Amino acid sequence: MTLDLSKAKKLIESYSGKKGILIPLLQDIQKEYGFVPNEVVKLIAKAFDMYPSKIYGVLTFYTQFYTTPRGKHTIKVCQGTACHVMGGKALLDYISDKLEIDDGETTHDGLFSLERVACLGCCGMAPVIMVDKEFYGGCDFKRIDQILQRYKEKEDN
Amino acid sequence: MTGRIQVCAGTSGVSAGADDVATSFKKQLKEQDLDSKFTVVETGDRGLFRDVLVDIIFDDGTKTIYERVTEKDVQKIVDSHLKQGEPVKKLLVGKDYEQFFKDQERIVLQNCGEIDPKNIDEYLERDGYTASKKALKMKPEEIVEVMKGSGLRGRGGAGFPTGLKWQFCQKAKSDQKYLICNADEGDPGAFMDRSILEGDPHAVIEGMIIGAYTIGAKEGYVYCRAEYPLALKILRHAIKQAEEKGYLGNNIFDSDFSFHLHVKEGAGAFVCGEETALMASIEGKRGMPHPRPPYPANEGLWGKPTNINNVETFANVRHIILKGANWFSDIGYKKSKGTKVFALAGKVKNTGLVEVPMGMSIKDLIFGPGGGMKQKKIGFKAVQLGGPSGGCLPELLIETPIDYESINETGAIMGSGGMVVMDQRSCMVDIAKFFLGFTVAESCGKCVPCRIGLKRMHEVLEQLTDGQGTMEHLNFLKEMSQTVIDTALCGLGNTAPNPVLTTIKYFEDEYLAHIKEKSCPAHVCTPLVDFVVDESKCIRCGVCYNVCPADAIEWKKKETARINQEKCIKCKSCITECPVMAIS
Repeated sequence: MTLDLSKAKKLIESYSGKKGILIPLLQDIQKEYGFVPNEVVKLIAKAFDMYPSKIYGVLTFYTQFYTTPRGKHTIKVCQGTACHVMGGKALLDYISDKLEIDDGETTHDGLFSLERVACLGCCGMAPVIMVDKEFYGGCDFKRIDQILQRYKEKEDN
Repeated sequence: MTGRIQVCAGTSGVSAGADDVATSFKKQLKEQDLDSKFTVVETGDRGLFRDVLVDIIFDDGTKTIYERVTEKDVQKIVDSHLKQGEPVKKLLVGKDYEQFFKDQERIVLQNCGEIDPKNIDEYLERDGYTASKKALKMKPEEIVEVMKGSGLRGRGGAGFPTGLKWQFCQKAKSDQKYLICNADEGDPGAFMDRSILEGDPHAVIEGMIIGAYTIGAKEGYVYCRAEYPLALKILRHAIKQAEEKGYLGNNIFDSDFSFHLHVKEGAGAFVCGEETALMASIEGKRGMPHPRPPYPANEGLWGKPTNINNVETFANVRHIILKGANWFSDIGYKKSKGTKVFALAGKVKNTGLVEVPMGMSIKDLIFGPGGGMKQKKIGFKAVQLGGPSGGCLPELLIETPIDYESINETGAIMGSGGMVVMDQRSCMVDIAKFFLGFTVAESCGKCVPCRIGLKRMHEVLEQLTDGQGTMEHLNFLKEMSQTVIDTALCGLGNTAPNPVLTTIKYFEDEYLAHIKEKSCPAHVCTPLVDFVVDESKCIRCGVCYNVCPADAIEWKKKETARINQEKCIKCKSCITECPVMAIS
C-alpha cells in the first residue's frame, strides 16, 4: 500500500517559517496517519533542512510517538503509584495475557495496542486504564473483560 | 421553582459517567418543559472522588448535594426534587463528604467544582480578572515586593520563593523574555494541576498575565501533558475567551502591555517537568536537561530570559495581588506560607484533592479529610510523599507538619503534593523498586550516574524481591544512592534514590526479611509468596473464592478456603482482596 503523502505535505507547509515546530508537527502527522511514517520523516528533513537522525532522535525520545502503525484502539494501563498500590501491575499482566500482546505491541486483528503509562493523573480512581480518550476507573479483571468486550462488539456491529 | 444544576465533570467525574448524567438532565428538563427554569452546568471536579457529584441550587440559595448519581437517578431527582421540592434521600452526600471538606482551606481550589470552566463570565462574577487589572496599574518592582512579602514558594516541588524567581527575571535585560507555566504534571500520584486547569483555567491564565507583566514577557507558554485531553481542551477554550475579552493579546485592558499565550502539548517524557528539559522540548528538541548556570532567568527558552512556574503557583497569584502579601503570609507555618493542595490516594477512605494550610500534620490530613484507612483491620504502614523524588514515611513520623523544611528533614520531599497512603499490604522493597523502575525508564540518559547508577540499583532491588538478596546488596544500595545524589546532572537523578533511602531508613526490617528470611511480610513479592491460606487467620468469608480468575480456590460457606496450587496463576487477586491478610 502506498502512502498518501499529500496531507503530510500540506501540514509541513503550514509550519514553514515558524520556530519550535518539530514536536507539534510530528503530533499533527501522527494524528493524521496514526504513526509517523518513514517517508514523512524524509519529507520533514528536506523541508526544514534537518538531518533525519535528528528527527528520529526526537521521535524515539518521547513515548507518545510511534514509527509503526497502531491498533484501532490504544489501551493505556496506568502504572502510577496509586495504581501500583491498588493492583495496576496485575491489570497490565491480565490484559497482556488476554490479548496475547506485550507492552507496545498490537493485536493480530489490529484492534488493540497495549501501552503501560507512568501515570494518568486519576489516582483517586485507581487502578485506572484508558482506552483511546476514555478513562475507566476502579478496574478489576471483571471490569476489564466488560470493557474489552464492549470494544469488540462495537467492531462487530 | 428555578435554579441551577451543577454536574462535576472533570476527568474523574467523566470517567464515572458525568457526561451522561448531564445529558440526561438536559433531556429530562426539556421533555418536562423545565429547561427555561433550570440550567445545567458542567463544572470541573470538586476534589472528592465519589463518582458523579450533582448540586441542585435553587435561586433562593438552598443547595442540595448528591453523590454517586447515575443516568438512571436523574428522572427521580427531576420528578421528586425539582418538581415537588422533595430531595432524593438515598443519594444525598453523607458524613464522608462533610468530613472531607471540613478542615480544608480552599484558596486555589475555591472555584473548582463550583463554576463552569468553559464560561468566562462565571469566573468574572467571582472577582475574575480584577487582580490582573490591579496589577497592570502597579509597577513591576512593586509586584515583586508583594510576591516576596507573601512568602509564596514554588508548588511544583523545589519550593523556591516565587517573588525572588520573578525578580531575577525582571532584572535580566533583554529585548525578548518568556513566561512558562509548567503543567507537565508527571509525578505518579499527583493530579492537582490537571484539576485546576479543568476546573478553573482562568485563575492560571490570570496568574500568568500578572507574572508576564512583572518580568516583562510578551509571550508565554503552557506546557501541558498530552495525557490530559480534557485539561487541554478547556485551557485552549479559556485562552480563546480571554483573548476575545481583551485580557490576552495586544494592549491588555487598554494598556501598553501585550501578552500572547500559547499551549504546547507534551509528548510523553517525565524529565520534561525539569525546567531546562521542558524548554528544550518547547524548542522542538529531545527533552534533555542542561547544567545550570546559566539559569533560565538569564538564558532560558531560545537563549532568552525565561521564568517558569507551576500551575498551582500561578493559581495562587491573583489572590495575593487582591488580598495582599500579609493576608497570604498569615496562613501557613514557619517558612511555608499559604495552603498546599495534596492528591490523596491509595488505601485511604476518601481519595481526592485536599487543600489545607501548611503546617497541618500529615496525620490530621489522612485521618481528617482522608477519613482514615480504607480497611480499618489492615492498619497504616506508610505514606509516600513527593512521588519518585520523595520518600515513604512510617507511622512514627506521621505527626510531621506539612511544610517544606519539616518534610525535607525526614528524607522525603513535599514535591508536587502527591500523597499515597499504604497499608500493611504494601511491601516497601517493592515500592522502592517500583519508583526506581519509573526513574530508570524516564531517565533521559544524558548523564552516567542516572543512566547506569539507577539501573544497577534497580537490578539489585529485583534480586531482593526475587529472594536472592544479600547484605552486600543493601550496602551497595546505600552507597550508590549517595553517589547518584551527588553526581547526577538534574533534579530527576539527584532525587531518584530518595524512595530507596527512606525505605531502608524506616523499614530496614522489611529489607532484612527479604534478605535473611527470604520472605515478604506484605505478601507482595510473588517469588516469596507460597499462596497458602493460614487457617488461624481465615474468617471463611469467601472473598478470595469470588475474585479468583483461575477457579483455583476451593471454598464452601463456613469453611476455610484452600488454594489449588496446580490451577493458581499467582495473580495475587486473593491476597489483595483478603480482608484479614490470611493468604501468604
